[in-house]
Amino acid sequence: MKFDTIIIGGGLSGLTAAITAAEHGQHVAIISSGQSALHFSSGSFELLGSVNGVHVTNPIDAIDLLHDNHPYRLIGREQMLNLLPLVQPMLTRAGVATTGNHFANRYRLTPLGKIKPAWITLDDFATFDRPDRIPWRNVAIVNIADFQDFFPTFIARGLREHGVESTIASTSIKEIDNLRKSSTEMRAATIARVLDYNAICSLAGRIKSVGRSADAILMPAIVGLYDDLLLRQLRRLVNKPLYFISTMPTSVPGVRTQMQLNRYFTNLGGIFMPGDTVTHAALKGNSIEAIFTINHGPEPLTANKFILASGSFISHGLAATPSRVIEPIFNLDVNFPTDRAQWFSKNINEAQPFMEFGVKIDENWHPSINGKTISNLQCVGSIIGGCNSIKEGSGAGVAMLSALAVSIKS
Amino acid sequence: MLEFSNISPNNFEQCVKCTVCTVYCPVTAVNPLYPGPKQAGPDGERYRLKRSDFYNEALKYCLNCKRCEVACPSGVRIGDIIQQARINYSHGSVGLRDRLLASTDMMGGIATRLSPTINGILRFIPVKIVLDQVMGIDRHRTFPAYTPRKFTTWFRRHAAKNQQRYLRRVSYFHGCYVNYNFPRLGKDFVKLFNACGIGVDLMPGEKCCGVAKIANRMIKQATDAARINLREIRHAVDSGNDVVATSSTCILTMREEYPHLLGLDNADVRDNIMTATRYLYQLIERGEVKLVFKQNIPPYHLAYHTPCHMAKLGWGVYSIELLKMIPGVMITVLDNNCCGIAGTYGFKKENYDYSQAIGKTLFDSITRENPDFVVTDCETCKWQIEMSTPYRVVNPISILADTIDFEATRQANSK
Repeated sequence: MKFDTIIIGGGLSGLTAAITAAEHGQHVAIISSGQSALHFSSGSFELLGSVNGVHVTNPIDAIDLLHDNHPYRLIGREQMLNLLPLVQPMLTRAGVATTGNHFANRYRLTPLGKIKPAWITLDDFATFDRPDRIPWRNVAIVNIADFQDFFPTFIARGLREHGVESTIASTSIKEIDNLRKSSTEMRAATIARVLDYNAICSLAGRIKSVGRSADAILMPAIVGLYDDLLLRQLRRLVNKPLYFISTMPTSVPGVRTQMQLNRYFTNLGGIFMPGDTVTHAALKGNSIEAIFTINHGPEPLTANKFILASGSFISHGLAATPSRVIEPIFNLDVNFPTDRAQWFSKNINEAQPFMEFGVKIDENWHPSINGKTISNLQCVGSIIGGCNSIKEGSGAGVAMLSALAVSIKS
Repeated sequence: MLEFSNISPNNFEQCVKCTVCTVYCPVTAVNPLYPGPKQAGPDGERYRLKRSDFYNEALKYCLNCKRCEVACPSGVRIGDIIQQARINYSHGSVGLRDRLLASTDMMGGIATRLSPTINGILRFIPVKIVLDQVMGIDRHRTFPAYTPRKFTTWFRRHAAKNQQRYLRRVSYFHGCYVNYNFPRLGKDFVKLFNACGIGVDLMPGEKCCGVAKIANRMIKQATDAARINLREIRHAVDSGNDVVATSSTCILTMREEYPHLLGLDNADVRDNIMTATRYLYQLIERGEVKLVFKQNIPPYHLAYHTPCHMAKLGWGVYSIELLKMIPGVMITVLDNNCCGIAGTYGFKKENYDYSQAIGKTLFDSITRENPDFVVTDCETCKWQIEMSTPYRVVNPISILADTIDFEATRQANSK
């Protein structure tokens, strides 16, 4: 099959690149081996939360503090400023409603009751201007009875440190009660799937009565798996500030974001191939002629341009053997120290060096094989390494901005 | 000793317990008695490998739709693990109802001889109540009508001798549905492929692909039929033919379930087994076949539903891209959701409510789109959608056969 662009990887980075190309009229395919890290989303997209352990107030100004081979340094401050304003409008076109901006970090409430910086956040969640000022006096934290992937006491303790009093309550409705028959399947996404219009109406009634005296309601993110209609309905019926807090995975708002982006891409005429894995490529000189997948077998998939957004270790974009770190599809050159002892720190809480491993790329995001640059392949997202996205809070920013950088010529 | 790689062919060791599979399991949301794919699959497997009495009979609720496998980021063949566990550990004997439902070929053979009598009987309300009460076949179901004349009979009398004139040939695996219930689709297939300059051969020993027998744990019968089919497929491939089918489920079964669940190696012919839309798309893309469409095709709105097994094959794209070639027609690709019938599953009285609840998301999305036709490559999806919505469901091969200008296409492909 022939495409203008083929993207390997259907997560946030691959979808951003794919949507941008499809919006420019290209015939685009995404090959995605299983669902992506969006399924574990906190509901916030992080641009740059901290550098060297210090919280960042203004992400743009902090870019200069990053080391030279950080992806943001590769994009460059000026280009970052060109690309950042494109992100939220793209999400909006896909139906993903967000708040936030790139000039100043906002602050979100974590499931453990901590306050953390965030760039843009899905409208499901509360965000604050400042980390030390929460605009509530007393809130009701309403859990679903017997739902164990949500921790109201941690949240209440965290809020108390900021002078906010909480009442903890739990409630249920018959649609959710039915799920209790299974000890293992009462999870956020399963609850979201049994909530229909009528169930939301009864749930809203219960929440209203337990949260009568609170000035805001906090509850686990269990509403709106396919789109945000039910979520808006619940808010309308409760008629009081109502915010969700992320649960243990899988993340309902994250799954919804994935579905909305997929749906938007498909409606643009894009082809999303889920559950398929690229096995190898045919190279001609220093360019890729075709790639081959498990599902399509001997049928070559050809394109003018290929984008590799296959993620890091957890998504199998990179793999470690006892002696080497490899990129398993193309066998691209990878940056990693040869001494295995330098791959990791024995203290699990410290920054792990392997988080920064990634494929070697040139200034135009082209990788190489045995030192030879591949001219029609570019790498985006966490596979390029160069940063510890967990420690610095930059995963979504790197994913989306690197994807935009290769898709949009300045 | 440290194992550096998997030792299980189904990748069971790769599960990282992320629970993504659960989000996409059609059963989990409607049936709390089902432990869910993670628990029924890799989690339960750890216990079953130690002691077989950890097997849980609730695994029978698995539809074998494979959506968990498509969603799994770690390549675990969750559906295979569950089906294999049912085959290995389930003690209950297979009841009469399940045997009859699963024997699509035997039942079809008898019923076509007795139709239209049998069609009338199966629609007769008291009979439905007896089937419901005595047999456990849900009374809401309507059996697909049996045809008075099998596809193979029609083919032998009206099509076989014309096929000799084509140089390029395929072997058509018609399956039970085309043969006993809906020969029209087989005729459309022959018409379309002939117009494209492709001759159609049948495989004289073709048996049911066995999907329903596997689902109902009739493994010996399924394996016997699979051996015969593989022999027929090898004959066809030796004579230069690829083997194509208009049912995505037959193809998935022969390509994937034969080696994974029945332990039959098909590696030598696996790449030659494919859906009709994939075969046709590839020829068109290579410039070896051309479709010429009728003038003035009404601006139909078609909604394409990807059957679960087509999603697992990853080949919905071929059907979608073929439909996009029809001028003036609007194609909507429906969100990927299970219709709920899963072959014989939805016919069973104990599954009927679950089956309809699973399909609701899909039915609602079809109603929202309000298309002229729903298009899909699976016959049981067709029954389910037609029973549960007011929309007609058509195979993409029939859509193409109806929209091509037969003469012009024939001339464009006759060299």
